[in-house]
Amino acid sequence: MSKKLTRAEVFQALDEVFQDVFDDDSIHVTDTTTAEDIEDWDSLEHINLVVAIENRFDMKFNMAEVTSMKNVGEMVDAIVERSNE
Amino acid sequence: MKELEYPFDSGFLLKKKKSLRKQLLASDKPFIEKKVAILGGVTTEDITLMLELFLLNHGIKPTFYQSEYNKYWEDVMFDNPELKAFQPDIVYICTSWRNIISFPDIADTPAEVTAKFSSELERFTALWDKLFAEYHCTIIQNNFEFPTFRVLGNKDATDIHGRVNFLTRLNLAFAEYAESSQNFFIYDLNYASALYGLEQWSDPFYWYMYKYATAVPAIPTHAFGVANIIKAILGKNKKGFVLDLDNTLWGGIVGDDGVENLELGQETATAEAFTEFQHYLKDHAKIGILLNVNSKNDEQNALAGLRHEDGVLRPEDFISIKANWEPKSHNFAAIASELNLGADSLVFVDDNPAERAIINQDLPDVATPEISEPYNYINTIDHSGFFEVTNLSSDDLKKQAMYKENAARAKLQSSFSSYDDYLKSLEMTATIAQFIPMYHSRIAQLTNKSNQFNLTTKRYTQAEIEAVAADQHYLTLYGKLEDKFGDNGVVTVVIGRQDKEALHLDLWIMSCRVLKRDMEFATMDALVHECQALGITKIYGYYYPTAKNGMVKDFYPTLGFKQAKQDEAGNTTYEFAIPPKYVNQNKFIKVKEYNK
Repeated sequence: MSKKLTRAEVFQALDEVFQDVFDDDSIHVTDTTTAEDIEDWDSLEHINLVVAIENRFDMKFNMAEVTSMKNVGEMVDAIVERSNE
Repeated sequence: MKELEYPFDSGFLLKKKKSLRKQLLASDKPFIEKKVAILGGVTTEDITLMLELFLLNHGIKPTFYQSEYNKYWEDVMFDNPELKAFQPDIVYICTSWRNIISFPDIADTPAEVTAKFSSELERFTALWDKLFAEYHCTIIQNNFEFPTFRVLGNKDATDIHGRVNFLTRLNLAFAEYAESSQNFFIYDLNYASALYGLEQWSDPFYWYMYKYATAVPAIPTHAFGVANIIKAILGKNKKGFVLDLDNTLWGGIVGDDGVENLELGQETATAEAFTEFQHYLKDHAKIGILLNVNSKNDEQNALAGLRHEDGVLRPEDFISIKANWEPKSHNFAAIASELNLGADSLVFVDDNPAERAIINQDLPDVATPEISEPYNYINTIDHSGFFEVTNLSSDDLKKQAMYKENAARAKLQSSFSSYDDYLKSLEMTATIAQFIPMYHSRIAQLTNKSNQFNLTTKRYTQAEIEAVAADQHYLTLYGKLEDKFGDNGVVTVVIGRQDKEALHLDLWIMSCRVLKRDMEFATMDALVHECQALGITKIYGYYYPTAKNGMVKDFYPTLGFKQAKQDEAGNTTYEFAIPPKYVNQNKFIKVKEYNK
């Protein structure tokens, strides 16, 4: 990716991905959103979420990133970081 | 749904699976309901969810049982009330090379390697045998993909200590089991993973993270392959091709360029591609797939093209050739009706996207693969899985001949002024008897593909047919019909459930290819005779209306049944009290079996 994404851009795109994966247009994610906040977000759906996000941003997380992300904020940080590479 | 046809967008399917599922379930078309148990040596959640989408798209509505992770063996071999209560129709055993307990060690003697091989194989055969004995189900087992690493390098394939060698031999042993079993099918994971790209298919990230042996992005492809086998078992395969000619079967336009200038043969790269495509289609005709032509051409030009000296297909390879200037959707519908098939049973192959779009619009259930470039025609069609072969019955191998015989019958019919005279001239003989194992696969196939002449539209797997045949509470009949043009094979099936002196007809189906030949009357006669032998005095027939079976709405009354009950939906119960002196209703068929 050529240009570093802003956090706002990432959030906007993430909303769409979350809405698709959980089939719920009312979802809007914030820095502090965690699996606790979204009913269907279990460990298996987490895989699909990760794959959908990877597809959306044309990137791949490593194992450490996938296991250590505690909330959407950390997810966004990882995506922004990658977009600068 | 186009999104679920090959080549599908896997990322889209994975992301949108919830909303796609809702859309599919909202369809007003009837579903076949089946219970599918997925027993995994690996994580199977997403495979199950994707499988559900593809099956729903085929008109099959599954309910699932899933084993806990890596409990595929224990779930079957030990007492399992939950699976017992579930009573699966179909079991898919989803395993990986990761489930091999003991691979050969480089220090093993040949005898030790053989012992390890037998132990792995027997673990699986014991599982399959137990499933058959306990559940009378259909089994789908995948074979093994290759590992993405090889300690012995290329020698891994040849040395008995190599994993590639070990897995190759196991795969062959699985194939042998499949070839000697009736209701056992291999999902060729080894092939699917190779085609996809083994490195992507087996991306170890997904194994270490989630115990998915098939990487999540490859899961739709995996599920698509399994769904193709299931839909084939349930009689949902396509039955034929409707083919364009110019730039589809050869390069160039026969009417403009002339036969001698068509690209066909071995002279150019494009000519080779078209020639191989013709070979590919001809091989389909050999397994009973019906070939037809739908082309905007003068007929004589079309036939001249089909007689091209370097061509592989000949005019006589086709059942119906429509070469004219009518809209293709008209021709398509005419071909389907000539073959007595639903338009959705035929695949439209045309290089012109505009023609495909018109078919899509007028006949939305027809598959119209986007075949792209001539060198991609074969792959696009092949990977779509339209004609997945599960059971190759002798009927399939003779199908082309049967349709030709039908054409001869139609010609003969037009030469008689009275229909009765025509029926007499056919010199028909029928065999009507209780199910015998030789025909179980054909009977199951018929129950799944008959839609029009089908009173209850109840579907049976082969395992269910075997169970019914073995159960003394059931009266089963199949009927075969021969005439002077040839053998029509098994064309009618009746299943009745005896309750003391009453018989309830769960199923009565007949192939439309023997419509108006008196076969239903001959079958009724046989049924009555069987009932009399069993002390049955009353036969109950049921008609459940569907979108497709309107033609048999008044079937039971024509046999002499009286209407007993009818609900608002039109579901009707008929009864027939067997008179002491029943008079046979069939007048034209000589029946061999029941009164021998």
